Amino acid sequence: MATATADFEVRRNDSLGLRLQHLLHANPIIGPLAVLLIAIIAFSIFSGRFLTATNLSLVLQQVTVIATLALGQTLIILTAGIDLSAGAIAVFSSILMATFCVDAGLPGFLALLLGLACGTAMGALNGFLVTRIKLPPFIVTLGTLTIFFSLNSVVSNSETVRGSDLPGLMTWTGQSIPIGNFRLTYGSIIMLLLFGFFFYALSRTAWGKHVYATGDDAEAARLAGIRTSRVLFSVYTVAGLLYAVGGWILIGRLASASPNVGVEYNLDSITAVVLGGTSLFGGRGAVLGTLVGALIVGVFRNGLQLGGVEVVWQGFAIGLLVLVAVSLDQWIRKVKT
Amino acid sequence: MTAETDVDPGPRHAASQTPVLQAKGLVKKYGRVVAIDGSDLELYPGEILAVIGDNGAGKSSLIKALSGALVPDSGEIFLDGRQVNFRTPMDARTAGIETVYQTLAVAPGLDIADNLFLGREQRKPGPLGSIFRMLDRGHMRSEAKRHMNELGVATLQNIGQAVESLSGGQRQAVAVARSAAFGSKVVILDEPTAALGVKEGNRVLQLIRDVRDRGLPVILISHNMPHVFEVADRIHIQRLGRRATVITPKSHSMSEAVAIMTGAAEPPPHSA
Repeated sequence: MATATADFEVRRNDSLGLRLQHLLHANPIIGPLAVLLIAIIAFSIFSGRFLTATNLSLVLQQVTVIATLALGQTLIILTAGIDLSAGAIAVFSSILMATFCVDAGLPGFLALLLGLACGTAMGALNGFLVTRIKLPPFIVTLGTLTIFFSLNSVVSNSETVRGSDLPGLMTWTGQSIPIGNFRLTYGSIIMLLLFGFFFYALSRTAWGKHVYATGDDAEAARLAGIRTSRVLFSVYTVAGLLYAVGGWILIGRLASASPNVGVEYNLDSITAVVLGGTSLFGGRGAVLGTLVGALIVGVFRNGLQLGGVEVVWQGFAIGLLVLVAVSLDQWIRKVKT
Repeated sequence: MTAETDVDPGPRHAASQTPVLQAKGLVKKYGRVVAIDGSDLELYPGEILAVIGDNGAGKSSLIKALSGALVPDSGEIFLDGRQVNFRTPMDARTAGIETVYQTLAVAPGLDIADNLFLGREQRKPGPLGSIFRMLDRGHMRSEAKRHMNELGVATLQNIGQAVESLSGGQRQAVAVARSAAFGSKVVILDEPTAALGVKEGNRVLQLIRDVRDRGLPVILISHNMPHVFEVADRIHIQRLGRRATVITPKSHSMSEAVAIMTGAAEPPPHSA
């Protein structure tokens, strides 16, 4: 055992491409960060209005809901799952909160708690179907997506509840603290705190390690003594809670509770996760990447808009970005040791 | 060589010595397929017991029953003479039986220290650990380093590097080190040298000897006859779901072992 292997020698002889591959493999956050920085620099060159405090606070507000949903989505994708019902749970939770206030006449605080509980229960239902009935997450959440959107229309009668008819707590997430010209909403603060919390939970607790291990190789994790079903169930349930928080932030952002928004949130949340460098194959990625990924989406949409690019082409650009990100992920995964 | 002419110079186990791990009459059926059919096994203190057998002989099922990954339909398992009933891999692990599976139960994306402590992470003392659930990474890393060094796997530069960046032999070393670090009674290794190069395979064999020399008996499942004959103290031959016989590398040759394994030769009575 005395002879050292050569496997760990610094790869001085590798080509630039290989070294880049290894660098990205070891530090997956670099890619998304570079894209974000380049996008910010490019857009501020093209439009003088981009890099203003007013505009940047708008970007952050636009990103807040997607980022919150993408946080839950990250947890699920880390376990090699996918959640198509993220947006549906968020919107349905927001409608339930509004209904509890308006129709049931509950105080805002209670309605909020009940709404969060309902979102959590919806996530738990996904988790139950994935872990107990052993259905693939894609199919499960495709089914619940349809169900939640349908229930959403039933409960709301497809009517929007105006924010002025709701208790102040419901729209509180849309209020902001001015920092110069920059307006930081309470919703954004909640979102950032949640990212901090889950950064800690994933990287510093046993639960986090188990989430990664389960996504990496569920059978190996099980053999190592991890109760993978329990981990999966917890992940879907916690994601449901996060979506419901996203629904609450959504009420503040729109200053109303509307059943007709959020269709695009499902895919946008997945887009943010993928752009942030979390692998759809599980076990690889981090929440900070997702935050960067959500910011990339927000910056692109906003920048292209300022640049006068039509909405349809914004979608084109985001879609292209996703394909590039996934291809990059595949390439990084093929890293040779 | 027939059984009558055997002069057995191998290790003998006095009847007074209790097996560390003993299986009696284990049966496992999958529908109408009989995986193990009344299989016995004894593992004595301080030995490497190899388990060999053709595909479908029931090696894997036997081992899975011993490691809690499979619950036998009938039969008994004794650990240190006391009967045990494993329902999950964690049961066996808690009882002191560590298994390294052929599929390599490591999480490739996690680092070496994380893998060593996977499923039994240690938290920081005080409120940081009990309330904030914070892992004691520093302690786990230094412990991991110590375990790896103890087994002579000190060539690893960085205990914080991802397991997927290691070579096959080094990954195996991590898995073996984990089992040796936490196994208090028995270490079971399923095909630890499969898919390894010659050099790496030999290194893992040495690792297995090191584990035994530290006092942990080892069950080694392998198809690689030269490896089996190199390290095993006794060889359990599994055939058609049961134990055909137990030999030692000194009592029988490799080709005789293969002949018994495949049914070409009558199994001799236990010579070990």
